[in-house]
Order: sequence, then C-alpha cells, then structure tokens
Amino acid sequence: MSNTTSDDSLITTEVQTESNDESAPPAGAGTAVAARDLNVYYGDEQAIDDVSMEIPEKRVTALIGPSGCGKSTFLRTINRMNDMIEICRVDGEVEFGGKNVYDDDVDPVALRRKIGMVFQKPNPFPKSIRDNVAYGLKIQGFDGDVDARVEESLKGAALWDEVKDQLDSSGLELSGGQQQRLCIARAIAPDPEVILMDEPTSALDPVAASKIEDLIDDLAEEYTVIIVTHNMQQAARISDRTAVFLTGGELVEYDDTAKIFEDPEEQRVEDYITGKFG
Amino acid sequence: MTDSTESPDLSRQGGLTRLKEGTYGGLFAACAVITLLTTVAIFVTLLSDAVVFFRATPIAEFLTGINWSPNPAGGGQAFGLVPLLIGTLVVTITAAFISIPVGTLTAIYLSEYATPNARSILKPLLEILAGVPTVVYGYFALVYITPALKATLFPEMSTFNALSASIMVGIMTIPMVSSISEDAMSAVPDELRQAGYGLGATKFEVSTGIVVPASISGIASSYILAVSRAIGETMIVVVAMGAQARMPAIREAAFGIPFINPADVLLESGMTITVAMVQITGGDLTGGTLPYNSMFALGLTLFVVTLVMNVISDIIAERYREEY
Repeated sequence: MSNTTSDDSLITTEVQTESNDESAPPAGAGTAVAARDLNVYYGDEQAIDDVSMEIPEKRVTALIGPSGCGKSTFLRTINRMNDMIEICRVDGEVEFGGKNVYDDDVDPVALRRKIGMVFQKPNPFPKSIRDNVAYGLKIQGFDGDVDARVEESLKGAALWDEVKDQLDSSGLELSGGQQQRLCIARAIAPDPEVILMDEPTSALDPVAASKIEDLIDDLAEEYTVIIVTHNMQQAARISDRTAVFLTGGELVEYDDTAKIFEDPEEQRVEDYITGKFG
Repeated sequence: MTDSTESPDLSRQGGLTRLKEGTYGGLFAACAVITLLTTVAIFVTLLSDAVVFFRATPIAEFLTGINWSPNPAGGGQAFGLVPLLIGTLVVTITAAFISIPVGTLTAIYLSEYATPNARSILKPLLEILAGVPTVVYGYFALVYITPALKATLFPEMSTFNALSASIMVGIMTIPMVSSISEDAMSAVPDELRQAGYGLGATKFEVSTGIVVPASISGIASSYILAVSRAIGETMIVVVAMGAQARMPAIREAAFGIPFINPADVLLESGMTITVAMVQITGGDLTGGTLPYNSMFALGLTLFVVTLVMNVISDIIAERYREEY
C-alpha cells in the first residue's frame, strides 16, 4: 500500500534530532500532526492544559500517563472524535496537512478519512470479515479493486493467513486478538496518513498483545502511529517518541523514548516511570 | 482474619422459612400456568366449535368461497372466507405501508439523531399514541380522514371505506414499530458507532449502514408485531370501513392473469375477519347455530395467521441475531 502523503502539504518543521539514539527520527522527518497551545475542556473541567507538541511522521509516538491525565482526550482531539461529546470545548490548534483541523471549513468526516483509529476494545462490525475491511472503502467511494485492497490490508495487519479462507464469515467469530487486527486492517484499508490507537492491547491477552506490538512496528514504515498506552513497557518497546502526560492534562515531558525512560529531565516523570506514583 | 470462637451455623433453616419459600415458588408457577392454560383453553374452544362448523361447511368451501352471508334475510346463507380475507389483507398491507417506513425512520431519528431532550419528550408522546383507545382512532378516520380524502384525492370514495381505516390502523401501529425498533437500535453498542465515525462515516452512514443492520432482528420483530396487531384490529375497521362483505371485481390483465384492482377495495366499504365476528356477536344469536359456529372458524383462522406470524418473527430474530 503506498502512502500518498504529499509532503508539501504538511508542515515540515523539524523534530528534535540531537539524540543519538537509533530510534530517533532522522533529520528532515516531517511533522505529521502538531498541537499548538491546545486546551480542551469538558464543561468546566480542563482535560488538556496548554499542550504544544509536534508528532513526527512515520514514527510511533506513545502517549503515556496515569488515568485521567488527558492522553486519550488528546488522541481524540486529533481526529475530532471529541466533537461528539456535547460539553467538550477545544481551544488552540491541531495542525494536520498544513491546516488547523478546528478551522471552520474543515469537515470532521473528511478529516477522519485521513486519520484512522483503533479503539481499546476490539469493535468489528457484525458483518463479514471482508465487509469489515471494505467498509471504509465503501463509504469513501473507492472505485479500485476492493478485494485486492482487502487482501492487502489484511496482510498489512498480519491477519491474512489466518482468515483468507473465511472472508465471508462474521468478524465476530474471531478471537479478541484477531478482532483487534481486523480493526487495524479496517483502519488501514482506506490508506490514511495517521493511525490513532487508544490502548489497543489493553483488552487482549499477552500473546495477542505482543502480536499487535510487532504489527505496530511494521505499520510505522508507512503510517504515522500515535498510541495511547497504560503500559510503560509497551511504550518503551514500540515507540520512537514518548509524551508523558500527568494529571490535569499537562504535557510534562516529550522526547525520544530512550531519553524519557533512561534519563528524563523532570523528576515527576522519573517518579512516574519508576512507579513511585500513577 | 479474626479467629472465630464458634463454628458457623450451617444447619438447615427451620420449617417456616422452607414453607414460605415453597409457597412463593408455587405462587409464581401458578401465575405462569394460568397464562399457559388460557392459551390452551382458547385454542381448544376455538377448535371444538370450529370443528362443528366445518362439519356443516367443508373447509375447502370455507376457504375458497367468495360470498360471505351468514345471516341472510332471504336465504342463500354462505360462508366464504375470501372477501373477508381480502378485506383483512388490504387493511394490513396498506397499514404496513404506513407504519413500517414511518415507524422505522422515527426509530432512527429517536435513537441516532434526537438530542436527549427531544427523545425524552417524543418517546412518551409516541407511547401515548399507542394508548389511545382504538375506537377513537376509528371515529377520527370516519370524521376527518374520509372527508379530507374525499375533498382532495378521491371524490368518488364511499363514506365507509378501507383506505381511511387502513391509514388509521397504520398510524395506530407506528408506535409499535418505532418503540421496539428504537429499543433494538439503542442496544447497539456505542463502540460500533465510534468505529464508523472513526473511519469517516457520516451520521447517515453510521445509522443506516451500521446501526440498522446490527439491530435488524429487533426491527423485523417490530414489523411482525405491528402487522399482527393490524390483522387483529377491529374497532377502527368497524367504525371507518363499514361492514359489508364485498367481493371486489376480478379483472383480467394481460395473458389472462386475474387480479384485483386495489382501488376497488380501498375506496369502497368492506369487511375484515374481525368485523365479521363482531357482526355475528352483535346479532341476537343463540349458541349452536351455524353463524354462531362460523365465528369460531374465523377466530381459528386469525389465530393460525397470527401464530404463523409469531413463528416467522421468532425465526427471523433467531437467524439474524447479532452478537455484539
């Protein structure tokens, strides 16, 4: 599957490159998503507190932090899934493709077609495996070879070999881990630029979770992956960059993953990572 | 852990408690049995009197006869089901054309589009619609709908006609469709909607492409229920459709295929199975006469039809049940 990102349409701010860690983005890697002075409120409660961060393209960026720290809210701010929550209010900017996604002329439906999402609980539609993967193509009026794209996506989600003989059976007949990979196949089928993952392995057993982790690594070759996780080891294993949110929606530290886990600048981050709180 | 100085009392409870428990269980079971017995008793009564009727009138004659005249002044008594069946089918199908689309779209609106405020007002209102006595609907059809239709679309329509009655039966069964369908749609987990929105689906695409298919078994059940209700509806039809067992003209289309023009039925008065039964009970009939027994044959027919509908509904619900 070719990534159709047109680089000129993206903001090409350079990400931090001083780290000599292997997983650091190479100089010149573009920014896929950038938050600027972002504040999010649920009614009177502030869920995101003045967050600015640039998320590199074709890398895995992990958002970690204790429950209620705003990491999921931040994720859902990127593809405007928060629009559906009536009391949610967003201040500031989220830039994607050279545009503030909260501009009046941005259609959240069009935005979400460029930004796929994988949820905490595997949520395949009660449809066949094929129809699940093809759903995004169908609603986007894809006029190419749907079956080929379905196969490609299932291969991309490391599920093809397990389901190629049962494409017409219900997606709900799969195991939890397979369902989650089906959801990943469904998310990548329309060829988005960014994939948001909201604790994608927290409802899975360790074996299934580790398969997803391997898959995330592969996905980052073609997509920008932003993943919320409760599991710090997971963030350390799979991500290139890690953002630590602490209570109140404050982005405390954001750096290369190795730096965050080995030598964080902030004492609070070190306390959180070493399990002193959170 | 605290040390327990005495061992816990594990002995069986005294006789009174056990007696009470047993009594409660028996009471609940008795109530369940009453329902069962009533159903069986109704069926047996219907069947036994119907058998008496079918001894005098062969079943084939009853099912294919095109003349219903149980109590003629002159003579020529006839018990042909066909005109009543046509009346019942026309009312039921026409009503379904109103209740199913309106009810389904209402359900989608309530479940997917309405704000919580709008829903909290609209849902009870719809349920009130279901609580209006059907005789009121009947007069409404006769006094308002028929004159309105006469003044606008069908000047030649008769005062008692199947169309007004059907429209009213359709309106009466809307809440049945909308309420049960809405329950089914609301039961669809929000994760599925989120998945759809996450893929860039619009609200319409999520509602029609995800929520409706996921709740199709509940929706289908609501249709069957509404149709069964329409089949059994009596008061609206008595008041608005009149009580003339008319056999519509059978016309011939191309290739000699016979058909009945719906307008011949809809714009004229007619009689349904239920109305025929009302008419018989309305007369000063004594038990044991043939017209009296014919009532049970009609009742049995309705019973069988609704039973079949219920079975179909169960099969549909079973077959399309979505585990989510």
